[in-house]
Amino acid sequence: MKRIWHGLLVVLLFAGVILAGCGAPPATSPPSAGGTESPQPQTTAPTTAPQQPATATQPPAAAPATEKTVIIGFTASLTGKLNVESTRQTNGLKLWMDQVNKAGGLKLADGTVVRFEAKFYDDESSKDRVQELYTKLVNDDKADFLISPYSSGLADASAVIAEQYERIMITTGAASEGTYQKGYTLVYQTYTPAGRYLTGAVDMLASLDPNAKRIAIVHENDKFSTDVVAALEKYAVAQGFEVVLKEGYDSGTTDFAPIINKIPANVDAIMGGGHFADGQQFSKAIYSKNLPIKFIALLVAPPEPTFAEIGDAAFGIVGPSQWEPLAAFTPDYGPTGAEFIEAYRAAYNEEPSYHAAGGYVAGLILQRAIETAGTLDTQAVKAALDSMDMTTFFGRIKFDTSPESHGLQIGHSMVYIQWQRDASGALTKQVVWPKEGKTADPVYPIR
Amino acid sequence: MSPGTIASSIADGLLIGIVYGIAAMGLSLIWGVMSVINLTHGALISLGMFGVYLLFTTFGLNPYLALIVVAFFGLLLGVLIYLIAIARVIDAPHLSSLLATFSVNMIIIGLGTAIFTTTPRDTGFSLGSVQIGPVTLQGTRLVAMVVTLIVAGALYAFLYRTRTGKYIRAVANNRAAAELMGIPSTAILALSFGIGTMLAAIAGGLISTFFSFTILSGGIYELKSFIIVVLGGLGNPLGALVGGLILGVLEGVLPLTMPNTWVPVIEFLLFVFILLVRPSGLLGGK
Repeated sequence: MKRIWHGLLVVLLFAGVILAGCGAPPATSPPSAGGTESPQPQTTAPTTAPQQPATATQPPAAAPATEKTVIIGFTASLTGKLNVESTRQTNGLKLWMDQVNKAGGLKLADGTVVRFEAKFYDDESSKDRVQELYTKLVNDDKADFLISPYSSGLADASAVIAEQYERIMITTGAASEGTYQKGYTLVYQTYTPAGRYLTGAVDMLASLDPNAKRIAIVHENDKFSTDVVAALEKYAVAQGFEVVLKEGYDSGTTDFAPIINKIPANVDAIMGGGHFADGQQFSKAIYSKNLPIKFIALLVAPPEPTFAEIGDAAFGIVGPSQWEPLAAFTPDYGPTGAEFIEAYRAAYNEEPSYHAAGGYVAGLILQRAIETAGTLDTQAVKAALDSMDMTTFFGRIKFDTSPESHGLQIGHSMVYIQWQRDASGALTKQVVWPKEGKTADPVYPIR
Repeated sequence: MSPGTIASSIADGLLIGIVYGIAAMGLSLIWGVMSVINLTHGALISLGMFGVYLLFTTFGLNPYLALIVVAFFGLLLGVLIYLIAIARVIDAPHLSSLLATFSVNMIIIGLGTAIFTTTPRDTGFSLGSVQIGPVTLQGTRLVAMVVTLIVAGALYAFLYRTRTGKYIRAVANNRAAAELMGIPSTAILALSFGIGTMLAAIAGGLISTFFSFTILSGGIYELKSFIIVVLGGLGNPLGALVGGLILGVLEGVLPLTMPNTWVPVIEFLLFVFILLVRPSGLLGGK
């Protein structure tokens, strides 16, 4: 009997390890054939005819003095767990490049016409590969400007190389603030930083109901969600809100009833969440408990189309997104949202996600900076980026220029969607915040 | 902390605990009859979830009718798994059957991931809520409790009131002696594995009516099942139901007094404690 129990203990530990392994995101593809030895760069020749011309490029000069090809270097996760998001980001960037090249390129102050060429490698979704490949991009491929890989971790690894080799890097697909607090001067962020994912929801609640003051924060216990709610709590308290409960839950939690039972009565709003599965489950549990909550804002899950699978429980839930095709921003630079969506659809036969929009806008930021500088000189382009303040279809773009957080995105804000009902009663997503991008008024209170 | 909050937490704990119980019953039964630690259990729970989900979303079949179909196919699948993967290693050391069930588990998870991906699914099925004083009870969880009680009752009746049930208990007690009495042990073992699998599939099907899930979701219930069978007594299927209720109430009530992330720590401390001081479980073993 004793042996059996010892065996059972071993089995339990064994099963735990296996389950932990099963829970990790699988690598979807084997490493690239190139391995670590002499990877060959992939290049994109500017031959694809885009459907939509870039709207703010210079017309080609009648007789340009010279032409120059500018190399844009980056890595893409062609294999590994980040493959899907990274591919979309790369698609967006390539679309921008094709449009600029098709429209005749950019004209510098001295009359030189600039065309862009992409050089990139597969980073295998691995941080270890990124630094080696960016070094190669700068030294061997002579990249003039760099775009980051997808994800905060990979972008952070690549930023070191950009700074070391004095190349300007536009990061996209990367929300973490940490990269910009290391004293870098040439790295610029496209996305809204993680710390501001839910602060807009506080502003929105304040504008909807000045009497709503009590917030319960319930969040996943991973780094991203914990960072987001730490900033949320600080901001909410500074705005005069009272955080009546702050409770974390483990990734993979499905039963939220014990946590919901802890939420005090007369709470006005619930904010937090984590990722898709838990956010969806949490929304469902709140609904089934009939809690009279006026406002619910959760991370990540609500903007996903399949969030509505939970039916009535999805109604009224607000969620932040870096970009939504619906968002009705009026750009002062670059294409409108509709033009971007149409061009992207025509080029890739799919709907653009915010990853794709982020890739496109990273190129647009670089384009505007080079146009403003009128030269390819790093310091001049840097100065143009430092003073940039523009609105694109992606939203506003402006960078922090303080030594503490240089390059941090301070202009862009998340758009907040809310699940509402259309005339036929079907659940539909609407952009409800910020006011300048909204497609419908927020529903409040939701219950 | 108001009495209403405590009542809600206990009620929620009991409702989820009874489903944990039925999930653990299958594991306990298989161990009790053939001393096999079934590492396929979690994957079979997941298959039960997908079975009900697909029958409901594709054919519009009521989830509780779908549960009958899922139970039937769960039984067949269990018999099949036993005959293909386990029968030949049933007399080998425990490690062989452990690895056999682990292999089947990986096959199911691999196929499931390829077919369904790991995108969370939700049946979107609701029966509303029932308000009893300060306690709000989810309709689907109440029905799950009723179904579990019916299944547990039927299992008890089958094991203790039918000839086949008697055969199963005889094989569990002493297979060699049972064979000498003319009991076809291979058929009985296959049937027992089938019933254990059916219970896992039913548990999965019930869970799918109130939680979102992926093909990997069964794993967490498999882990809980280990704690439960130790609490209730390994090899004692009905003890598993009691163990499930205890675990459910702990999960419901403990978060009121501590951060809920501490709950698994307490659960596994309890697991080790029971193993040390009462290895036959609270209700004794077989």
